[in-house]
Amino acid sequence: MQLTVWTYEGPPHVGAMRVATGMKGLHYVLHAPQGDTYADLLFTMIERRAERPPVTYTTFQARDLGGDTAELFKTAAREAYERFRPQAIIVGASCTAELIQDDPGGLAKALDLPVPVVPLELPSYQRKENWGAAETFYQLVRALAGPADRKGQPRGAREPGRRPRCNLLGPTALGFRHRDDVAEVTKLLVRLGVDVNVVAPLGATPADFARLGEADFNVVLYPEVAHTAAQWLQRTFGQPATKTVPIGVGATREFVAEVAQLAGIDASAVLDGASPSRAPWYSKSVDSTYLTGKRVFVFGDATHAVAAARVATHEMGFTVVGLGTYSREFAREIRAAAALYGVEPLITDDYLEVEAKVAELQPELVLGTQMERHIAKRLGIPCAVISAPVHVQDFPARYSPQMGFEGANVLFDTWVHPLMMGLEEHLLGMFRGDFEFHEDAAPSHLGRGAPAARGEPSPTHAADDMAAPAAAPPGASQTTAQALWTAEAERELKKIPFFVRGKARRNTERFAVERGLSTITLDTLYDAKAHFSPR
Amino acid sequence: MSAVIALQPVGDGCVDAPVLRERGQREVFCGLTGIIWLHRKIQDAFFLIVGSRTCAHLMQSAAGVMIFAEPRFGTAIIDERDLAGLADCNAELDHVVARLLERRPGIRMLFLVGSCPSEVIKLDLSRAAQRLNARFAPAVRVLNYSGSGIETTFTQGEDACLAALAAELPAAPAGAAPSLLVVGTLADVVEDQFARLFAQLDVGPVRFFPPRRAGELPAIGPNTRFLLAQPFLADTARALEARGAQRLAAPFPLGIEGTTAWLRAAADLFGVGAERFERVTAPGRERAAAALARHRPRLEGKRIFFFPDSQLEVPLARFLARELGMRLVEVGTPYLHRQHLAEELAWLPAGTALSEGQDVERQLDRCRAARPDLVVCGLGLANPLEAEGMTTKWAIELVFTPIHGYDQAGDLAELFTRPLVRRDLLAAA
Repeated sequence: MQLTVWTYEGPPHVGAMRVATGMKGLHYVLHAPQGDTYADLLFTMIERRAERPPVTYTTFQARDLGGDTAELFKTAAREAYERFRPQAIIVGASCTAELIQDDPGGLAKALDLPVPVVPLELPSYQRKENWGAAETFYQLVRALAGPADRKGQPRGAREPGRRPRCNLLGPTALGFRHRDDVAEVTKLLVRLGVDVNVVAPLGATPADFARLGEADFNVVLYPEVAHTAAQWLQRTFGQPATKTVPIGVGATREFVAEVAQLAGIDASAVLDGASPSRAPWYSKSVDSTYLTGKRVFVFGDATHAVAAARVATHEMGFTVVGLGTYSREFAREIRAAAALYGVEPLITDDYLEVEAKVAELQPELVLGTQMERHIAKRLGIPCAVISAPVHVQDFPARYSPQMGFEGANVLFDTWVHPLMMGLEEHLLGMFRGDFEFHEDAAPSHLGRGAPAARGEPSPTHAADDMAAPAAAPPGASQTTAQALWTAEAERELKKIPFFVRGKARRNTERFAVERGLSTITLDTLYDAKAHFSPR
Repeated sequence: MSAVIALQPVGDGCVDAPVLRERGQREVFCGLTGIIWLHRKIQDAFFLIVGSRTCAHLMQSAAGVMIFAEPRFGTAIIDERDLAGLADCNAELDHVVARLLERRPGIRMLFLVGSCPSEVIKLDLSRAAQRLNARFAPAVRVLNYSGSGIETTFTQGEDACLAALAAELPAAPAGAAPSLLVVGTLADVVEDQFARLFAQLDVGPVRFFPPRRAGELPAIGPNTRFLLAQPFLADTARALEARGAQRLAAPFPLGIEGTTAWLRAAADLFGVGAERFERVTAPGRERAAAALARHRPRLEGKRIFFFPDSQLEVPLARFLARELGMRLVEVGTPYLHRQHLAEELAWLPAGTALSEGQDVERQLDRCRAARPDLVVCGLGLANPLEAEGMTTKWAIELVFTPIHGYDQAGDLAELFTRPLVRRDLLAAA
């Protein structure tokens, strides 16, 4: 058993729902207890979809367990077919139904419905949402992809005069910015002279799947969802797949080059000349100089985390001090990226572990998920969201891709925005004791120093007298270490701008401990500063 | 036209009315969601769900942005190792609880909350609670109840929790003076209002259940009379009755009529005279009447359809029909407790279509065919129905908003006028 406060991913059947809800003409019959319909509101509220997800739940209750839950499932499946008349059906079990072992796949087969029925085996007690989405997509592709006569045939050369075409694989319902990423990447491909054959699962019908094999190659937008399916398509239809995810200007250019190579076309029109993105100039302009070396912590799904670390380092001039993911399936990618930046990879789905790491590293900016927003808020650190899980505010009305050249513009604005406020606060560090703008008005009893003074001091938390241990996360200065500080040094420490103060405190204490100093004086503070200053 | 309905004489209403009982897909929350408000009400309690990732995901999706600090609930997620052998499962649970109590030393009461997976594998949480009690008492009291979807629907989670807590209430000394217990979670502000009214009526002593802190459990005994503040407390009432307490029959304190009759039930118990009752309740009634008069023109004659959700549907429908002149197309409820709702049913307009349970597709068919002016439903249905051109009021808000008592009557009406006002505003643009 694992104690969980927040979870980064839902159960695997939610991943299957994301595939089904993204598609058209597909229905999902889910064997699940009453109450599991909560998942509908992920789609109707968070993503604000205007129709119900195409999911029929059996919603069995305790009284049904004594009876025939298998019959209940068959009735639900039959009625769902009659009412919705889908082109294909997927059937599966949620975690509780998995325990009662009714075999939805076998039961649905026995109904002999006139459409393809794809059974899903999603082990709820081992796997999670993204795996569920990937497995569902893979099973659907396996069952439905065509044309049949192309299967296993070697790929011939493209007929002369026909434009190259590709599939876009991976976008789903409830995906972080999937809607606009698809639009942006499609735009980019059209500029390159590449046609989009099928986008799947988002917006595709089972009938569209039958055309997947007609494309010359596949563009894998979200490896978490599409990697397994793309591999199968490569084996079956000989379609190569892209490996670069076009998030950030550098990655987008690399992606364009990769597509050009796969399509056998010339991409110089897109790659040469002025950058189609404003982000490089914005980042080069002197107003951005202060971004140099800002210490960032990056966490999210592996794809977005790896992409963000690259953009942060090479396009924003930040220093990545921590990099992690909750996607265990892609731990290798994160380890490789972490090695590039010389940081320890953090591979965990334990929210408390991530919180401890952020507290320990004391970054100036956190790029993470909805959960890191909670952590950053508590620690008083600026934060921007780069990955699912996200809440309703990250399904915006406006066009906001993460991918492509426009996506790079969005990234620049989004990441710098919380820091701009940080710069304002910098002035607070210079001119203290202003009657209006005094940052130390906040409770310092939380043991985190001034950062908590910023923004909302989180009243729920401040009032929560039971949160004491959580409020002093590991890595924050401990009372024993604090006792070492002379009053004068402590006062001087407070003159350091708040967003680097935590780091300064930690470094100084480390410096003192390493040298066996019993007290930290003004001189120790500045000795440590000199010791740790970048050379 | 609606005045006809509002002015109908009080007859038997719907006491013996037929009820459409349906079984099929139910679009409702499970009882775990009760934790979202209970963990705030009992401030030093922690709710540990023993369940799956689905349970954890449900809680975090349902609690949404409301909870930014570390909440006082969590999930012990069962994994495949636990499924391999149950003995191991108990040891794992003990370990999780020990870690939790270490992290949150302020906890005085710990609820082990059962879920569908824990019920299906028959993990005995009551034995676990006993075992943990032996280890952590008296600092922490460990209780258990089930909030599983297979057993409970939405607000029934509170019922299961309070029923478990009822068994823990200290016994009132023999020969104790008659006392009143108000049962069911109320917003703090509402609780305070009722406490003031009871004080002015000289009704007392009055205690509220659940209490705001684990250490403030009210005593209970044969001289305790209790008033249900919420309609979904069947098991809690039974548990209290098993302790000798007796329920005062009353409608629920929603709207002017409901609140008045509810207070009257308490006043009768303590022999409060009619004149005093009038004097004490008059200001509240007048304020509420003025507030409702502002909303009545918007709602009068409008047709409303209730999907089942919280069991509050019948009292709400009664209030909307009688005090605001709305017409009831269908009143759906997850469970209909005829005894607790007897007074409410008597007040419902005769001929109201009542339904218990759900087959959501068929109910949607009926709703679409009826084209009501306002649909009360859950969040899984609200936006899709709005997109079909219907106006909806999402039902969960009725559980998370102070709606009881005189001074909330206007707010309660406003919850129903707001979507209609909004629709007009947007249409005018």
